[in-house]
Amino acid sequence: MSTGIAESQFTGVDFYQVDTLLTEEERAVRDTVRAWVDENLIPIIGEYYVAGKFPKQIIPGLAELGVLGANLPEEYGCAGLGNVAYGLIMQELERGDSGIRSFASVQGGLVMYPIYAFGSDEQKKRWLPRLAKGEEIGCFGLTEPDFGSNPSGMITTAKETKDGWVLNGTKMWITNGSQATVAVVWAKTGAVDDAKSIRGFIVPTNTKGFTSKDQKGKLSLRASDTSELHLDDVHLPKDALLPKSGGLKSPLMCLTQARYGISWGALGAAMACYDEAVRYAKNRVMFGKPIGGTQIQQVRLADMLTEITKGQLLCLQLGRMKDAGTMTPQHVSMAKRNNVDIACDIAREARRLLGANGILAEYHSMRHMANLESVYTYEGTHDMHSLILGQEITGLAAY
Amino acid sequence: MKIAVCLKRVPDTTTKIVVAADGKSIDETGVKFVMNPYDEYAIEAAIAFKEKAGAGETTVFSLGGDAAQETMRTALAMGIDRGVLLKGEGSADGLEVAKALAAELKGGGFDLILFGKIAVDDYNHQVGVMVAELLEMPCLSAVSSLTIEAGAVMAEREVEGGVEVLGCQLPAVITADKGINTPRLPSLKGIMAAKKKPFEVKPVALGQGGLTVLGLSLPPERQAGRIVGEGPDAVAALVQLLRTEAKVI
Repeated sequence: MSTGIAESQFTGVDFYQVDTLLTEEERAVRDTVRAWVDENLIPIIGEYYVAGKFPKQIIPGLAELGVLGANLPEEYGCAGLGNVAYGLIMQELERGDSGIRSFASVQGGLVMYPIYAFGSDEQKKRWLPRLAKGEEIGCFGLTEPDFGSNPSGMITTAKETKDGWVLNGTKMWITNGSQATVAVVWAKTGAVDDAKSIRGFIVPTNTKGFTSKDQKGKLSLRASDTSELHLDDVHLPKDALLPKSGGLKSPLMCLTQARYGISWGALGAAMACYDEAVRYAKNRVMFGKPIGGTQIQQVRLADMLTEITKGQLLCLQLGRMKDAGTMTPQHVSMAKRNNVDIACDIAREARRLLGANGILAEYHSMRHMANLESVYTYEGTHDMHSLILGQEITGLAAY
Repeated sequence: MKIAVCLKRVPDTTTKIVVAADGKSIDETGVKFVMNPYDEYAIEAAIAFKEKAGAGETTVFSLGGDAAQETMRTALAMGIDRGVLLKGEGSADGLEVAKALAAELKGGGFDLILFGKIAVDDYNHQVGVMVAELLEMPCLSAVSSLTIEAGAVMAEREVEGGVEVLGCQLPAVITADKGINTPRLPSLKGIMAAKKKPFEVKPVALGQGGLTVLGLSLPPERQAGRIVGEGPDAVAALVQLLRTEAKVI
């Protein structure tokens, strides 16, 4: 907060007065996270992205603000926000960087949510407040090297012993994997073709037999930690099992939470690119006038603003349905699919509008462009969401 | 310690101001309003003093329409305990606003009353010091550093070429300048808790006052720059223009 606001400050994209559809608290939450991102993330993100490092120092600040698991109840040390406010948090975080939003999505939607939804009272009381405070960092192990879009084929196993469980398997593309102190791991407790036997386990990462290693050479989400997890005879007590988890439906419920956040987050990345493109178009002079005065750039900007506005309305209604309990996974598929897709296009067009400057880390568009390729691919690829919608429309599964 | 903070809702500094049709007020359509930035320092100081003392109560006051409640709730979200809105039309005359605030604050038993040193909409520098005068309390205005030990206030104020160190006993009125602290962001839990905190709305009617706004006008549009020439050859022409046209040297 300051008495003079820099001209470069982001003040939101709101062509259709969507703000008037938000409550006072929702706007306050968004503005708070926006200010936090401007102060703590935007100034450093380019450097961390280029270095390929997650900026760990931001975790205490995010936790203090109340971002981690913000839509879970107050009794577990969370902020107890509604889903639109939660979505707006994701929007603002991803306006900073998709990798940072991924961190928060995983911690809240993929680690805290399953413990909240499928855990015992004891598990909830033990883990949720510490995860909310950022004292524990979580990761989510579902995807395997050979089972991405088809998680039901997983080969990680959990064998019951007389005093607990033994887990074996490999998980891949795990956000937060290397820095996590706890992993929610999904494994089959029955035969390898029995998807109904998939259960969730809380695995402290210091358990013997658990190892992780960074996935090197990423050209996207460089400011995010992505790892491979190995479980080699990992012995766990009986109470490591999430008692209310059962079948593939459980991890898919978690993914619905995370995908919901991504729908909003992608808009944040798109807004950052649009904002950068507008400023650049107004200031960059070529052939004696600002490039914003040329028809080709105006078409670009008009397309960007139109798609962002449509995406905002999509998300807002999705959030209202989520609060009302009427949101289905197919609704989320539409928003995730659409908003990430338009964000990819907007980021690429913004980068092009920025000319040569657009390839520099000093500007944000190319970083968002590269990040969004991951967002397009993870949490259900764009194509899988097309097929989910196709099945919803026709009643016929094409996958 | 009982602490009061007075705040004002003002247009966001990034807002583009449009003068209304009457030529004397601003057109509020589409204008985003925020807490006066200097009042944020006052709010932060109040919360920090209470936290340090581990006890006490902080109250935020504002004078204005219903919309001021939203701004006041930002203060509650940051950590202020309760709010009192003096609901009524403001006045261009700072003295009238000060009288209404002083009437409310009087008898409230406040040890410390904090203001921002100035509101960034009218730049009056008046209300805080006038309230102090009306309440017959010492006033340390525009302080950039503040400590309280055993009922004694120590404050610093930046003056031309140096720092003035001031002191007084509580109760006192302080108006805050930047540098005094770094205002915190409200936490998300704080935002949710804010609407559950005690909040009173009391109607007030301000006196006529002796001051009227006759007109508002925007500063002239900045003229486009002119390139006189390039390199050392242009220096003479530039100096000439700075003397004769811009008259700055």
